[in-house]
Amino acid sequence: MIETGWRWSFDGWIVAAGVLCAVASSLLGCFLLLRRMSLLGDAISHAVLPGLAAAFLISGSRSSIWMFVGAVLVGILTALLSDWIHNRGQVDEGASMGVVFTTLFAGGLLMIVVAADRVDLDPGCVLYGAIEQTPWDLWEVQWPGIGSTQIPRVVTVLSVVTLINATFVALFFKELKISTFDPALATASGFSASVIHYVLMTLVAITAVASFESVGNILVVAMLIVPPSTAYLLTNRLSVMVVLACVIAAASAVAGHLGALHIPTWFGFRSTTTAGMMAVASGFAFLLAFLFAPQQGVIPGLVRRQWLRWSILTDDVLTFLYRLSESSSEEHTIPMRTPLRKTHASAIDWMAETLLTTPAAARIAIRFHQWRKRIDSNRDTSTSGHPALSDLPHLTELGRREAETIVRSHRLWEQYLVTRFEVEDKRLHQTAHTLEHFTNRNLQDQLDEQTDSPSIDPHGRPIPEADPN
Amino acid sequence: MNEHLWRVLSLQDHNTRVVILGTAMLGFASGLVGCLTLLRRRALVGDALAHAALPGIAIAFLTATVLGYDGKTLPLLLCGATVSGLLGIVTILLIRKYTKIKEDAALGIVLSVFFGAGVALLGVVQQMSSGHAAGLEAFIYGKTATMTSSDAWLIGAASIGCVLVSLALLKELKLLCFDEAFAGARGYPVLLLDAVLMGIVVVVTIVGLQAVGLVLVIALLVIPAASARFWTDRLIVMMMIASVLGMLGCLFGASASAIFPRLPSGAMIVLVTGVGFLFSLLFGRQRGVLVRWWRRRRLNESIDHQHLLRELFEMFELNPSRLSVPYDELLERRSWSRKRLRRMLHQASSDGWITENISRMAFALTAKGKDEAKRLTRRHRLWELYLIQHADIAPQRVDRDADAIEHVLEPEIVAELETLLDVELGRSRMPDDPHAGESPMEPVGENPTNRLAIENLDSSHGGNEVAS
Repeated sequence: MIETGWRWSFDGWIVAAGVLCAVASSLLGCFLLLRRMSLLGDAISHAVLPGLAAAFLISGSRSSIWMFVGAVLVGILTALLSDWIHNRGQVDEGASMGVVFTTLFAGGLLMIVVAADRVDLDPGCVLYGAIEQTPWDLWEVQWPGIGSTQIPRVVTVLSVVTLINATFVALFFKELKISTFDPALATASGFSASVIHYVLMTLVAITAVASFESVGNILVVAMLIVPPSTAYLLTNRLSVMVVLACVIAAASAVAGHLGALHIPTWFGFRSTTTAGMMAVASGFAFLLAFLFAPQQGVIPGLVRRQWLRWSILTDDVLTFLYRLSESSSEEHTIPMRTPLRKTHASAIDWMAETLLTTPAAARIAIRFHQWRKRIDSNRDTSTSGHPALSDLPHLTELGRREAETIVRSHRLWEQYLVTRFEVEDKRLHQTAHTLEHFTNRNLQDQLDEQTDSPSIDPHGRPIPEADPN
Repeated sequence: MNEHLWRVLSLQDHNTRVVILGTAMLGFASGLVGCLTLLRRRALVGDALAHAALPGIAIAFLTATVLGYDGKTLPLLLCGATVSGLLGIVTILLIRKYTKIKEDAALGIVLSVFFGAGVALLGVVQQMSSGHAAGLEAFIYGKTATMTSSDAWLIGAASIGCVLVSLALLKELKLLCFDEAFAGARGYPVLLLDAVLMGIVVVVTIVGLQAVGLVLVIALLVIPAASARFWTDRLIVMMMIASVLGMLGCLFGASASAIFPRLPSGAMIVLVTGVGFLFSLLFGRQRGVLVRWWRRRRLNESIDHQHLLRELFEMFELNPSRLSVPYDELLERRSWSRKRLRRMLHQASSDGWITENISRMAFALTAKGKDEAKRLTRRHRLWELYLIQHADIAPQRVDRDADAIEHVLEPEIVAELETLLDVELGRSRMPDDPHAGESPMEPVGENPTNRLAIENLDSSHGGNEVAS
């Protein structure tokens, strides 16, 4: 590529090759990922060297069909050997793969070097095909009725491979699914999980070989692993995952080529390697999913956790104030769990310690409740009882009702746990304290029914009446 | 030729000496470290790391060239490689911690994305007018035969460092590898230990990478450790074996390459260690394929033998007056094939447990065989009785359960069973057959009873052959 900028006749074919390779790989990659065999693509792409060398030595030509056959055969051999060593030798899957592919690679290297007099074969050249050369190697393709068009060889080959993979996945989707998740069930339902397994391995070998001799092995290794992993983070359904993986893979391929064309120009360079950038683009997609996936992303998880913490804290502040007013009222003199001590500089500190939080957080929660009209904003100084309590606010009628609901859940739970499960007295409060935040009206009524509508909890505290609304 | 051989073996050549000793040290250290990564089920972490080093190398080269230094200074490139290798490790750990993605896929993601970034960066580097980028890839693919003595010193220092650290933290790392959760519960800083372990791997990989190349360093991390696993179940022994195997592989491989200059040393080292792996896989004393095959065969033989004696004993017990048992009747007792029964009978007769008549169609127990058969039957029935009395298993079903375990009952357990069942046993010391009431005295073939049904069920588990 001498000029930067998009030209359809040129970049169109490169992107087409990239997208085809990406889709073909991710289709299979989903199942490799779930079978914990993701690194097979990497292993195969290193291991095929002896196949290439042997094909060359035997056929004496560098015709691609012989090379292809040799490479695919050794690719399948890699999968079989790793499997065999893993099963028979009880060696870790990764290790057995590592043993096989390094040894095969070394063997291939040796063959090439020893035969170097007769052979002009550069391993780098064979193993690391360049996607940029796609548009130069054209094939005449006859279309019945329309005439003939010139289509790059790579695109033709990869289309066929993609078609085969898609057909396999579509036809045997159920079988693939069962044999991936439960091989024993597969065997029990009457088809052989290992046949499916070996067909899958064969297709991986074909895809890997077809891809890396045309578009470079880095692309196929990346596309076998990264888009499926990204899709895996986004969904829990296999069918959705396969489709998503293909979409992500295709998008990464397009974005990667655009990136390769444009990003280096920002720093004053010309365009860079497309295959590398496609891998980086898929990595970027993975990063996005890692951070923002709705269910499993890091940031949504963080937000959910913080929101839960906040809602529990605000609940706790309400119930604290409710219990406080309860304890200071005349008819029930019930001591608070953590007594107010001299070491507490203010009542807010005391509240924060009781609720296992910081004074600042407690203040913010109070401010929040004042805004929601759950807590009286006008400080009423005529508090009876402890003088230090004067800087604690009061609940409004609305806040009082809300607090009553939570306290009611809490005490009903305590009653329920005692009557039904005979939970120890010491652990009662903790369990009820956890459950009170997740108890809705329905559950509350059920608890009430199950415990015969008690009026006091096991500790002798009154259970507030249900809100009539 | 001889002179040449002698020169190589006595390490007279400076170059040969450097290559052989350098790779040997690397082989020693990586064999040792490889054991830990293998047991951590992260054998291919070296693979991911070695690929992840590429962008670091490219960026180090770029920055240095832009700032006007020589981009190809070794320490600089090493630093770049180490930093991006560590970054790759951190990414793997983060993916593992925060997502449900498994170890292998995490390795694959880091490997491919980092390597892709490296390839893209190299595409940029090659356009730089200043600085000669050619040969940066060689950093990844290695140049074993042209190792310099400074490389060898670097390898030596790094290897010794890694060996010392992993030996000093052996107890902690061992716990981390075998039971991470337990280590965490004991208060060990699991994440820190993991980082230390990965740090050691990074150092070995990066140092090895520039000296011997990507594939060789992966091979040295994986193959010796995997080979050593066949020989022992003890970590420390495994580490010693792996180190020695790694070192020997490098010594032989590098010497072979020095003797026959045409052979590339990296490939030769991998192939020699690969041969070592094959040897260990087949002949390993602890988990080798042949050893396990032999053990299984022995166990199956002893189970067959015990079944045969027990059946004979029970047949004589049913009808004490008979003198011998015909072959056909024996064949019907269990789900054994003719061939197998023939073989078993032949074996038993040559061992002196049974006698056979001249036509080889009727059999009787010898005195020695009778004692042994009595012991075996007793063991079986004790266990049956135990299951009936203490585990509340229906008498119709105990035969199978007892069958599964009787072959591995130790004498101590039999003694314990006796004390447990003393009251039930009474004086005879030989418990009755709990199935005796079901098929009293009748020949089995004529009146199919529960007992027969049980025996037929037995065929579903192939006469208790131990599954492979």
